[in-house]
Amino acid sequence: MRNPLSDQIVNIKPSGIRKFFDIVQEMKDAISLGVGEPDFDTPWHIRDEGIYSLEKGKTFYTSNSGLKELREEICRYVERKYHVSYKWNSDVIITVGGSEAIDIALRAMLNPGDEVIIPQPSYVSYEPCTILAGGKPVIIDLKAENEFRLTEAELREAITDKTKILVLPFPNNPTGAIMEEKDLLAIAKVCVEKDIFVISDEIYAELTYKGQHVSIASLPGMQERTILINGFSKAFAMTGWRLGYACGPKEIIAQMTKIHQFCIMCAPTTSQYAAVEALKNGDEDVEKMREAYNQRRRFLLHSFKEMGLECFEPFGAFYVFPCIKEFGMTSEEFATRLLEEEKVAAVPGTAFGDSGEGFLRISYAYSLERLKLAMDRIGHFVNRLREEQNK
Amino acid sequence: MNEQILSIIEKNSRIDLRELSILLGMEEIDVANEIKKMEEEGIIAGYHTLVNWEKTSIEKVNALLEVRVTPQRGRGFDCVAERIYKYPEVTAVYLISGGFDLLVSLEGKTLKEVSTFVSEKLSTLEDILSISTHFVLKKYKEHGSILEKKYEDEREQFTP
Repeated sequence: MRNPLSDQIVNIKPSGIRKFFDIVQEMKDAISLGVGEPDFDTPWHIRDEGIYSLEKGKTFYTSNSGLKELREEICRYVERKYHVSYKWNSDVIITVGGSEAIDIALRAMLNPGDEVIIPQPSYVSYEPCTILAGGKPVIIDLKAENEFRLTEAELREAITDKTKILVLPFPNNPTGAIMEEKDLLAIAKVCVEKDIFVISDEIYAELTYKGQHVSIASLPGMQERTILINGFSKAFAMTGWRLGYACGPKEIIAQMTKIHQFCIMCAPTTSQYAAVEALKNGDEDVEKMREAYNQRRRFLLHSFKEMGLECFEPFGAFYVFPCIKEFGMTSEEFATRLLEEEKVAAVPGTAFGDSGEGFLRISYAYSLERLKLAMDRIGHFVNRLREEQNK
Repeated sequence: MNEQILSIIEKNSRIDLRELSILLGMEEIDVANEIKKMEEEGIIAGYHTLVNWEKTSIEKVNALLEVRVTPQRGRGFDCVAERIYKYPEVTAVYLISGGFDLLVSLEGKTLKEVSTFVSEKLSTLEDILSISTHFVLKKYKEHGSILEKKYEDEREQFTP
């Protein structure tokens, strides 16, 4: 029989997070700090709207781009929060999670050989999606001394005459880094000057703990060259509903919609009805969850400080990214031993790019009680490693 | 900040100052001062423990009473409410809108004790027009906490 598989897909590595969790599942009383989704249930009034839509028999496809009402709400929300105006009927598409939006944006924009600049450590799908779309990933290794923000110099150095897109993943998974307005202004200037488009993945925008999140699309000259991606998973604890969206120039959105209509048809109808409620009446829920995450964030930073583990203060998402270089181990060795010896699962930084070496992603989408237990165990582990080193 | 202090200690009044200050990113002394001030102002009116008595061998009977009363000139309902809330058996009294006036929560050891209290003590008060008594059969949720069900992490493992 002939080889049934595509060489391209076979050559793409599976996500590095997987391996670990297969072990965690087998292990009794292991504490996982690895999950990248909120621990909160979707607020009840939002679920209730989903249920109500089912009761009313709203079980058909929606239009390809998504419910009109939801697209209108998204425009209002984006305007209200990030001060960018979009037209609901031409500039917005509702997708199956932010991840579909990333995929179809790349596919709609790339020609073979076009280069896509991807700052890392970052979410694992930018690189494979770029390759699948025929583009060439160009990686920027973000640095701890810059608090894992993207700098103008780093960007300039990565640009060639083939560069077409910059993926801008902030607030960042896995580092928790944010880009403030001053940081974004420097990046925007380069993008305009070099005529580069931006795919701005702002899925964690609502989880910003220092000032308000700023979207690069709101900066001068940027709306016309930015695909703003956001969704409901992180802000409203709606991961399982699979709902995201992209806003951008209508020429790009139109081509994205074409791919979407052939592959997906439309995003889940029930989820779209629930999402309308989330945008209309969900501000208070978001505020409450943000405050709970923020308390946990402070607790973790304090714990790492007490352990003497180096950790920059992340102001976004729900991750901290402590440095474990002092132990002379790779992230993977450290994470494996931590799991075997203390039964705590955290994801090695290298799962998010080579520049994650020497770091660990700790998610705080867990109750404070779980986090306390986990920090006790990590504390023991760190002390033991230091004793070993001193022998 | 006060709102955040309150919302944490409303759920967990046993949290210590140190932990509270870490969670809120405040100095311990500032948290202590804020709490003291709110205690003095009566914003923090007490510290309670949420007990699920059903799990003990101790019998407790709870009842909710819908009470209709005659308001008094110049004093409204306050006077009657005070007469009622002074009884230790009464755990809560609310003035409410709708078909009756006061909602009274009672706790006693036995059904008999509660019904005797209602018929002999409360219904004989002169301003009370009528009482209808509802015995509590089961408590599902109290003070924002679900009593029976324990939280379990049901998230499945996934990548990425």
